[in-house]
Amino acid sequence: MSAAVRPMANLRSASGIPTGRLGVWWVIASEIVIFGGLLASYIMHRLGHPEFGDYAAHTNTWLGGFNTFVLLTSSLSAVLAHHEAQRKNGQKAFVYLWYTIGGGATFIVVKAFEWTAEIQAGYTITANAFWGFYYTAAGLHALHVIAGMVCLAFVSFDARKNEELHRVELIGNYWHFVDIVWIFLFPLLYIAK
Amino acid sequence: MSKYLLSTDHKIICFQYMLTGMAMGLIGAFMAYVFRMQLAWPGSDVPFWGQVSPAEYNALVTNHGTIMIFWVAMPVLIAAFGNLCIPLMLGADDMVFPRINRLSFQVFFLSAVVLIASFLVEGGGFGGAWTAYPPLSAKAHYNLTPLGSTLWVIAVGLEFVAFLLGGINFVTTAMNARAPGLRMFDMPMVVWMIVIASILFMASVGPLIAGAVMLVFDQTVGTGFYDPATGGDPVLWQHLFWFFGHPEVYVVLLPAVGISLDIIPTFSRKKLFGYKTILYTAIATGVLSFFVWAHHQFVSGIDPRMANIFTVTTVLISVPLAEMTFAVIASLYGGKIQLTTPMLWALSFWAEFIIGGITGIFLGASGADIYFHDNYFVLAHFHYTFYPIAIIGTFAGFTYWFPKMFGRMMNEALGKIHFWVSITCYNAIFFPLFFLGLAGQHRRIYSYEHFPELALPEYQAIREFATTALIIMLLAQGVFFFNWVWSMFKGKPAGKNPWKANTLEWTTESPPGHGNWRHGEFPNCYRGPYEYSPEGREDDYWPQNEPPEGHEERVKPAAAPA
Ligand code: HEM
Ligand SMILES: [Cu+2]
Repeated sequence: MSAAVRPMANLRSASGIPTGRLGVWWVIASEIVIFGGLLASYIMHRLGHPEFGDYAAHTNTWLGGFNTFVLLTSSLSAVLAHHEAQRKNGQKAFVYLWYTIGGGATFIVVKAFEWTAEIQAGYTITANAFWGFYYTAAGLHALHVIAGMVCLAFVSFDARKNEELHRVELIGNYWHFVDIVWIFLFPLLYIAK
Repeated sequence: MSKYLLSTDHKIICFQYMLTGMAMGLIGAFMAYVFRMQLAWPGSDVPFWGQVSPAEYNALVTNHGTIMIFWVAMPVLIAAFGNLCIPLMLGADDMVFPRINRLSFQVFFLSAVVLIASFLVEGGGFGGAWTAYPPLSAKAHYNLTPLGSTLWVIAVGLEFVAFLLGGINFVTTAMNARAPGLRMFDMPMVVWMIVIASILFMASVGPLIAGAVMLVFDQTVGTGFYDPATGGDPVLWQHLFWFFGHPEVYVVLLPAVGISLDIIPTFSRKKLFGYKTILYTAIATGVLSFFVWAHHQFVSGIDPRMANIFTVTTVLISVPLAEMTFAVIASLYGGKIQLTTPMLWALSFWAEFIIGGITGIFLGASGADIYFHDNYFVLAHFHYTFYPIAIIGTFAGFTYWFPKMFGRMMNEALGKIHFWVSITCYNAIFFPLFFLGLAGQHRRIYSYEHFPELALPEYQAIREFATTALIIMLLAQGVFFFNWVWSMFKGKPAGKNPWKANTLEWTTESPPGHGNWRHGEFPNCYRGPYEYSPEGREDDYWPQNEPPEGHEERVKPAAAPA
């Protein structure tokens, strides 16, 4: 059955670009339009509803900013992991990948505190359209963070055995994408008051 | 058994998609039968169903449309034919991500189960039309199907995920797994069209996925994204839906076009006219299809100046399609035409699709659409586009590749009987509906008895005529299934290349074994796919893998298989 798992087709590269990298780029492209549609809907609503600014004033810019910093740092360690993977240094890549996972975990924990505080203050998802978008967009993003962490973990265990090292780059690219989505969400949901 | 269910072989996954899609097609057709019976003989018991209640009618119409587009046209045309054709036509042994390929089918199958389940839950299936406009779709106290409508959205969402996964494979495989020497412009049309369709799908479906998440939240947690009372906007859904929905027509259209464009040169023994031009127009159609969506919203209160712009883009999009039609005619002109069953289907595809295209121009004109909107003229129009795509396109491809899939020929006489009865009945069902539309008959109405001006006996006669034609057409499908099963066991052995075609799938065994080609026999490619009747050659075809005498300069040495 091993032949079925890795077909010869997988080893060809007619375009000159590694197949895995192409695949990840297509995943990212299809995710961009999902977030693109959501954010476009939000921006249309935001333009039509000046009162969104007042609601946004209740979001915690400091925690949001801290989380931005955390995510950016975790992206940096993903880059460092890639760097080590290129030198066939799987163990070190493993460590850096776990720094990245740690960044993701910190991000989620901070979010949890933030949301608890907001919900206790009565700003629930049904409060109005702003909070609806806030929880939906940030929630969808958080799901991507969690999915990314799971994939990072899988890749890291292979990397520690010095196997499938090219995947370190691929998951890194995905993580940068998740990071960039947050770079859009943060100003739109926290700062645009 | 588990070898079949858990296989990553693209041919097995093709069959899984094909069988699931055809089974769903039978369910969708059965629904059409039930509600057409209700329309022809309102209030009487429908055999195999019984009384049709208004709520059931709505649920049947909604799920008929949903099933036909998402669970028949997409899985059969894109996923099944994509899985069959792409690796074989590229000279590869499989997709580049076989396990993602299998996962895509599993998610797709799950989505079909969820959709069927939505029918069986309390309150019944969702009845708010396949477009699912809120607030009807968003609030249970309007649609009265709290669970059914949520399961419906979830099923559609899962289906989207399945096709995103599948599309990654199709596009990446076509980019990277081509045989040595096979350039992008040597790929057969059907491969190209499935690739373009997958990219269109990826680019258009995202916003609707986001919209579907919001819709589920409106239904379940009580948000108000589409509810003006809480600062939401119901028209937002229409934009998100049709930004996807219109390109979706081209997502399913292009693979069917590709199938017919591969069949027509084979049976007219002529080069396909304007290969690159057709490709560029297909891409242009794809791009344009993103700029027409508001023609579905001419009656949603949009600014008339905006409506003018969308009228222009809508009419423009018929230009590339007309151009493709002319390319087909040019490919037939002066050819040695063989009217085999696949060729009949491929030709009728264009004949019928033209009717859909021309009536679409009427609807694109915003002024005229105010009258036509949501009446049977629209219904006849889009069935004249969708039926050729989903049904005729499928039969064309299935009968053409049957020898490759099963190693035996189908019976031509039975094939032709099936073709002529089906195509005649199909026109008998839908052509009269244009007149009902002109007479003002609305869509999605359970019984016209409540409308004295539409209950006239002459209109009722048209409804009975259409329904009778539908019953004959459904019965005729028995001929097809009989032919399929009989030919699978008793048909004439097909050999490698029964149609004397050029493309690479015909250079291996029928059916292809594990890995498609024997090791060391993977084909190289030396020319384009449509070299029929080339000058100075004895044979009237020139397979892509046949080296030209003397020089092999186009082929780089094959990558050593690991
Ligand atoms: C088997 C032959 C078919 C028949 C007799 C048929 C008939 C009908 C009829 C009469 C309606 C409208 C019912 C109403 O508005 O009350 C309808 C709706 C629809 N059909 Fe078909 N149809 C067939 C095949 C197809 C195919 C192959 C497709 C697409 C691939 C399709 C897509 C749709 C869609 C999208 C709707 C609109 C559903 C809605 O309003 O929500 N149909 N069909
Ligand atoms: Cu449209």
